[in-house]
Amino acid sequence: MSDKPTIAAIEGWYTMDADKPHLIGTSCNSCGTYYFPKLSTFCKNPSCEGEEFTEVQLSRTGKIWSYTDSQYKPPEPFIAADPYVPYTVAAVQLEKEKMIVLGQVVAGVGVDQLKVGDDVELVLETLYENDEANKIIWKWKPVA
Amino acid sequence: MSNEIAVIGVGMHPWGKWGKNFVEYGVKAARDALKDAGISWKDIDYISGAATMRCGYPGYVAGATFAQALGWQGAEVNTSYAACASGSQALAAAKAKILAGEAECALVVGADTTPKGFLAPAKGYRPDDPDWVRFHIGITNPTYFALYARRRMDVYGDTLADFAAVKVKNAKHGSTNPYARYKKCFTAEDVAASNMVANPLRLMDICATSDGGAAVIVCSAAFAKKIGKSDAVRVAAISTVTPTFAGEIIEMPDIATDSAVACDAVRFRAQLPIKAYEEAGIGPEDISLAEVYDLSTALEMDWYEDLQLCARGEAAQLVRNGDTTLGGRIPVNVSGGLACFGEAVPAQALAQICELTWQLRGQAGNRQVENAKVGITANQGLFGHGSSVILKK
Ligand SMILES: [Zn+2]
Repeated sequence: MSDKPTIAAIEGWYTMDADKPHLIGTSCNSCGTYYFPKLSTFCKNPSCEGEEFTEVQLSRTGKIWSYTDSQYKPPEPFIAADPYVPYTVAAVQLEKEKMIVLGQVVAGVGVDQLKVGDDVELVLETLYENDEANKIIWKWKPVA
Repeated sequence: MSNEIAVIGVGMHPWGKWGKNFVEYGVKAARDALKDAGISWKDIDYISGAATMRCGYPGYVAGATFAQALGWQGAEVNTSYAACASGSQALAAAKAKILAGEAECALVVGADTTPKGFLAPAKGYRPDDPDWVRFHIGITNPTYFALYARRRMDVYGDTLADFAAVKVKNAKHGSTNPYARYKKCFTAEDVAASNMVANPLRLMDICATSDGGAAVIVCSAAFAKKIGKSDAVRVAAISTVTPTFAGEIIEMPDIATDSAVACDAVRFRAQLPIKAYEEAGIGPEDISLAEVYDLSTALEMDWYEDLQLCARGEAAQLVRNGDTTLGGRIPVNVSGGLACFGEAVPAQALAQICELTWQLRGQAGNRQVENAKVGITANQGLFGHGSSVILKK
């Protein structure tokens, strides 16, 4: 694993800063609405005619809105380890952006260790490995 | 009165996993509805089909497909697609045509055949498609329903026993419904023993997909009078509103909600019945029964609140009191709901109308709600589609 290059599983959706990663979104220059994934065409606020956007790094901390897990192996394009290991998913509320963002929770944290309202931060972790690379994704990690 | 149309006939094909062509289910339902109305297929001057995306070209042009299968007779035709709300949108098209005076009597019909195996997204590396991305990172369909359920538990104190009670209630309701696919009276122990899918939801908390067909005949007040059915059930409102930005709840298949920095967050599910209540000029206190889209047990409880049958956070109290059970204050899903039917997308919203019609006519047999006067439906699906329809005596 350590010999293989570390590559973003999805290019351009988050910074590859190992210590303090951020999700990369955009914000509308006219009304300030944030978008993740990035939007750079027409603002979706019905009262806004904005067509200019600025790329922004979203808040890397938030509070859990809700959480669950996946006891069954999902279908492709999910790439599961063999044997399959269930993982936890959280929906996290970002205060400044006033939006909820989904993501896996770091490995080893189950639903019984979480509560709505808990503080979490964004980290990078392996989504899956293949022969060429260690594919990295954003995940939510409880703040101790 | 002038804004109302009459429901003079309803019919269904039983839900199941029959493996036949969807057209067969739709035509069977349509013929039953015509018989129920006491009119002939040639009396229909407008046919409005709910499209199915799973059954190839005949499904995309469902209105014409059913018209041809029933025998071309020159009626005008429409096909509507609106995910789970397709049936309601097809009904809304018929209503508009009738109220405009351009049609007298319409057949609205939807049917579906479920695909074999998983509904998997297209393969390859497609990071520009958010739906591909969410599957790639492990966000499946049950994830969303489980997130809603868990939030109810942490915020309102709902329990697994409350969710199981919804399943037990609906199973009992549907156990004598001849059109339901699952007729077993499951117990709370059965639910607890079923496999966990996405905590806190178990297999038996989540609905299946089914084959099925449903049809509704609607007409002008004048036509109803002409055939001696002046006292037929009326469509008092059809709401098919789109969401309002910024959406408050994380919706399938999104990875993030809208940002609410410039606009207030709005709950789409609650908007749907608001428009219906306004259009009908009645309120939640007037409702005798409701048929709601219980894609999961916990989601049924969300609907109680979105329909304003109780205050936000109090749905579990309704379940515990037995208020939403047949015989209770406001019975919900007396048909058995999706728990007993499984979802047949283009037919489901029309099946809800069929059930309300039987209930308001007093023809629902063992599942009859006493003194039913007004019924409401609610459903929500993909792509910002949803609907809420009010029928009254
Ligand atoms: Zn804007």
